[in-house]
Amino acid sequence: MNVNFSADELAFQEEVRTFFREKYPGDLRRKRDHGIELSREDTIRWQKILSEQGWAAVNWPVEYGGTGWSAIQKYIFANEIAEANAPDMVPFGVKMVAPVVYTFGDEAQKSRFLPDILQSNAWWCQGYSEPGSGSDLASLKTRADRDDDHYVVNGTKTWTTLAHLADWIFCLVRTSSDVARRQEGISFLLIDMSTPGVTVKPIITIEGDREVNEVHFDNVRVPIDNLVGEEGKGWTYGKVLLEHERTNLAGVARSKYRMRRLKQKISQPLHGAVPLLNDRIFSRKVAATEIELKALEYTDLRTLAAVAVGKAPGPESSILKIRGTEVQQAIDALFLEAAGYYALPYLPAQYDEDFPVEERLGSVAETKASLQYFNNRKASIYGGSNEIQKNIVAKHVLGL
Amino acid sequence: MDFSISEEQSMLADSVARFIDNDYDFETRQKIAASELGYSKELWQTCAELGWSAVLFDEEDGGLGGGPIELMLMMEQFGRGLVVEPFLANLVLAGGVLRRTASGGQKEQWLTGLIEGNLQAALAFAEPQSRFNVADIATTAVPDGDEFVLNGEKTFVLNGGSADLLIIPARTAGDQSDHDGITLFALPAASDGVSRRGYKSVDGLQAAEITLKEVRVNADSVLGDAGQGLPVLQSVIDEATLAVCAEAVGIMRTMHEKTVEYSKIRMQFGVPIGSFQALQHRMVDTLIACEQTQSLLLWATMLTAADDKGAAQAISALKYQIGTAGLLVAREAVQIHGGMGMTWELDIAHYFKRMTAIELLFGNADHHLDRYVALSN
Repeated sequence: MNVNFSADELAFQEEVRTFFREKYPGDLRRKRDHGIELSREDTIRWQKILSEQGWAAVNWPVEYGGTGWSAIQKYIFANEIAEANAPDMVPFGVKMVAPVVYTFGDEAQKSRFLPDILQSNAWWCQGYSEPGSGSDLASLKTRADRDDDHYVVNGTKTWTTLAHLADWIFCLVRTSSDVARRQEGISFLLIDMSTPGVTVKPIITIEGDREVNEVHFDNVRVPIDNLVGEEGKGWTYGKVLLEHERTNLAGVARSKYRMRRLKQKISQPLHGAVPLLNDRIFSRKVAATEIELKALEYTDLRTLAAVAVGKAPGPESSILKIRGTEVQQAIDALFLEAAGYYALPYLPAQYDEDFPVEERLGSVAETKASLQYFNNRKASIYGGSNEIQKNIVAKHVLGL
Repeated sequence: MDFSISEEQSMLADSVARFIDNDYDFETRQKIAASELGYSKELWQTCAELGWSAVLFDEEDGGLGGGPIELMLMMEQFGRGLVVEPFLANLVLAGGVLRRTASGGQKEQWLTGLIEGNLQAALAFAEPQSRFNVADIATTAVPDGDEFVLNGEKTFVLNGGSADLLIIPARTAGDQSDHDGITLFALPAASDGVSRRGYKSVDGLQAAEITLKEVRVNADSVLGDAGQGLPVLQSVIDEATLAVCAEAVGIMRTMHEKTVEYSKIRMQFGVPIGSFQALQHRMVDTLIACEQTQSLLLWATMLTAADDKGAAQAISALKYQIGTAGLLVAREAVQIHGGMGMTWELDIAHYFKRMTAIELLFGNADHHLDRYVALSN
């Protein structure tokens, strides 16, 4: 056992740091630091830089363009991308649909879809939830009826993050109702968003932003070539995807970065006040969250180490999802509390690109604290709510 | 960065695990705990023969050169077996002081016996007024020729009733909570003026209240530098804290697993109680508590092994976690076992009591959260 990085690991860390210092565009960093959302073009520009470096698909097998990094290298990369305040890859392509395609897809699908995901030529979104199917995902009703060499898709998907920016959607659809178990008869289908009959309607969420959408399918004709794997086996594929997704959802490195920023903030006499760090009750709350985060970091590392010796991320990844999102929300609450009255003005326009930063009321950490706090209530709901995660752990880990 | 353990470390953990499985079932443990001595001389000798008493000491002193990682691996198993043998008192606390301070002659006098298992020792780290502040020492040592005269009271001295050797922190200078002026003495327990009141503790271990009245001790009994005992004491207490936390992780795991198993066989309303979602989610919470605590244990142990400057803070983080997540696991285990969890007959109750004792030992969760904050500023 050794807690310190080896010489090789230190060299790798330096390489990654140098990359972020030299290749992460200053205008994007400025936007991120000032709380301005990146546009689709910004995001793609950055993802292509990562792709050129060969670092877009950290977890993929090397043969498809992955990095082949060790668990510790992945950990170092995650820390450095967070420390640079650079955005992660949009997950739906590279982290979610791609593992399903390279694990269960045929050769034609691999060569058709993987390079475009790797090079950010195609933007993906996820079609799982439906208005009537949230936690009970297997009750989904979107139908795909076979018509010669096409499926005809009808139904509605919802909570579809960034669907308004996406080129493609991967969907769980019902291809057969004549089944013994509801989990059977579900298929994994890839749908071009520009196909006639696909409409996207915005959903404005609690903080006032458009992040998610409803996606309607009205007699959408999808070639049967876009079916991944076997018809009726989509549930199994979808579960693999969700296990990958859950480990991604822990967000440890981002939480570490935010925790450091919080501690910087509260060590200063903001607006002439006594630094909040001197408040025993508040500093104990910060400490308790920091300890939980440290535990999570090592739980994540232990999971990564297990994956490195060939174990797939199993139901244990649910633990990371539960605790990771709880810690994120605890940090959100600390920022909110630290901001005091400055968390309350609702001024979304001052985070528009053309709003002069010097005319803003409060700092990003203050006036965006409430919006972040509101928005991130989603974390314990998405990716399978934390209660569903507990059901999964109870069944598959504890054997109950 | 590497989480794997060496082959030797793995063999050590296996050998302790086998001992727990084969020679230390709950019934045996209960008999030993209830005996007058409170530990088994025979098993203590076995510990020495298997080399466990030697693990933490340097090879040149007759030890095996192990450190925090070996300590963690052993203590987790001791936790699982709810071991009452005085490993902590002898080898981590008293042995820890000797390891850090003893001169050649003192090692010859005390260390060999400790490693061979024929000397019992104790470190008197607490006083009636001190609570969790190890610097709060009212016991005085006044020089008189080539002797010191000790006066004071020591409380909850683990293994104090059985010990042949007492290690006494006493004040040779300064005020009651000053960091300077604390001196450590190696005092034969049979010395004139030492009176001991031994008792069992709620968790089945044994301890003593010790009163020192005009106790005369030779100047060559001073361990380390006179007046500079606090850093040694703090370092030993930190290592002991790490040790009981590792023990607690072994206990938490065991309580969690036993609870899950029990919930599968305990039938109510015609079904196993483990089929109720209200209980399932709580057992998932205890699993998460176990995993998170195991992670902090790993972190704190690795930092301690690397002699990292953040080690003390990490140990406080871990002890806080034991006092929160650890106690959650313990309480839930009793609750889900229902009435059976309340019985003296079932091991769950005794694991619960040990967890309760560990929470109060070397500072509770509140104390360690404050210390964590203080060490981060």
